[in-house]
Amino acid sequence: MKFLISLHINPAVLDALTDEEKAAIGEGHGRFMEALKESGELITTQALVDPSQAAVVSVRNGQPVVTDGPFLEAKEYLGGFYLIDCENKERAIELATQIPDTAIQGLGVEVRQVMFADGQLEA
Amino acid sequence: MTTSAIEDLLRELTPQVLGALIRRHGQFEACEDAVQEAVLAASVQWPAEGLPDNPRGWLVTVASRRLIDQLRSDHARRERESATAAEVVPEDVPDTDDTLVLLFLCCHPILTAASQTALTLRAVGGLTTAEIARAFLVPEATMAARISRAKQRIKAAGSSFSLPEGPEREERLRVVLHVLYLIFNEGYTASSGHELHRSDLAREAIRLARMVHAQLPEDGEVTGLLALMLLTDARRQARTTETGDLIPLDEQDRTKWDRGLIDEGTELVKASLAGPALGPYQLQAAIAATHADAATAEETDWPQVHALYLILERIAPNPMVTLNRAIALAEVEGPAAGLALLSTLDGDERMAGHHRLLSVRAHLLEKTGDPAGAYEHYRRAAKSTASLAEQRYLESRASRIKP
Repeated sequence: MKFLISLHINPAVLDALTDEEKAAIGEGHGRFMEALKESGELITTQALVDPSQAAVVSVRNGQPVVTDGPFLEAKEYLGGFYLIDCENKERAIELATQIPDTAIQGLGVEVRQVMFADGQLEA
Repeated sequence: MTTSAIEDLLRELTPQVLGALIRRHGQFEACEDAVQEAVLAASVQWPAEGLPDNPRGWLVTVASRRLIDQLRSDHARRERESATAAEVVPEDVPDTDDTLVLLFLCCHPILTAASQTALTLRAVGGLTTAEIARAFLVPEATMAARISRAKQRIKAAGSSFSLPEGPEREERLRVVLHVLYLIFNEGYTASSGHELHRSDLAREAIRLARMVHAQLPEDGEVTGLLALMLLTDARRQARTTETGDLIPLDEQDRTKWDRGLIDEGTELVKASLAGPALGPYQLQAAIAATHADAATAEETDWPQVHALYLILERIAPNPMVTLNRAIALAEVEGPAAGLALLSTLDGDERMAGHHRLLSVRAHLLEKTGDPAGAYEHYRRAAKSTASLAEQRYLESRASRIKP
């Protein structure tokens, strides 16, 4: 079963962390990725740039309009995700608890099952 | 011999050759690599040069040579391995078919079901890692990591290459059957866009179940599982529209059901029901056979279906079985009786918010003349399912009765 584990970050919370704490998060993700690769449960993972770098695109009367993002008026933004393939939802949740973000107030980790997929598999 | 006939032969011989090599040398991983290379060589040479007199012996010899080469090139172990290598080159090929032993090894309880499935398809099914990866819609690297880890874990567990004895053997056989059932379901469950690979999986599961049945014809559950697969697969053509939408059992065009598979499955069910003990696969196959027996949905022998679910519920209690019995009960005694039985599942954690419970309740509410309640439950069921085909079906049921 495939699950998307999305990482919702709050840039203000992230900024407030010490360098040691930031480094610990980075190392935690590194270990997590290695373990997932070894167990054969990782499909892919991607991290996104800061939401302040987002462009919001719309087309009005056939004319593209591009403004600075982010589009959502929220405190938390999608910071990146893991796409995994594992036994069941319980296992997906167990894996998600190993992500360092879960230990930090203001950073959210969400698990949702994939319902449809297409495209090349050689990620 | 045609290329596809050669492929079929290779697929059948691969686990036997692998079994023969592991029996001699142990070392699952090294043997597997050697056999894959031998099979590759055969798939190139045989179509061009014709079949050797003894295809299995040919494969064992070539795979053994590859294995020895591989072991010799391993510097650190040179001495020990050359001693082993000296005694290998096979004079004759033993007649025992080790496929079953190999299947038991692949379904080692130390592995997760996902790994058991992948390893079985690779080692016993003879599928390449790329094929397995495609069938499960994951990247090849992901599947390769999973298979290699499974092999390491089996090695670490230090299991011997032999059939387990006594109750352990019985227990392991249940795991084997479960894995074959998982492979079958993966292939049978409609999935948008990738049907081709998936139906290959169902065929492969049936082939492996036939193989186990040929070796253990007396086991009622083995017979039951094979029958269940055949009877279920018989409906393949009738259960989706051309665009991939689900057609429920009572609306399927039964002339599209495969009579050959139904007859074969029904014969197997009859044979297995005559045996001493009844297991869940036999009962599910008997239920499938009862459905197959009815020329139209109206002619279904619902009292018999209900009775079979009642027995199934007693020997293998499971909320999903109770749910299915509620459908049968509704046909026998009316939708209110079905709804009453469903309400006994409301406290079950495993069923809370499950789309099957929601959709069956929706269906029965519709029959009792409560379109508003049915609409609400169809919508909730549609949101709860992870299958697009099922979601489309539930949404269409909902929009049909939209208040």
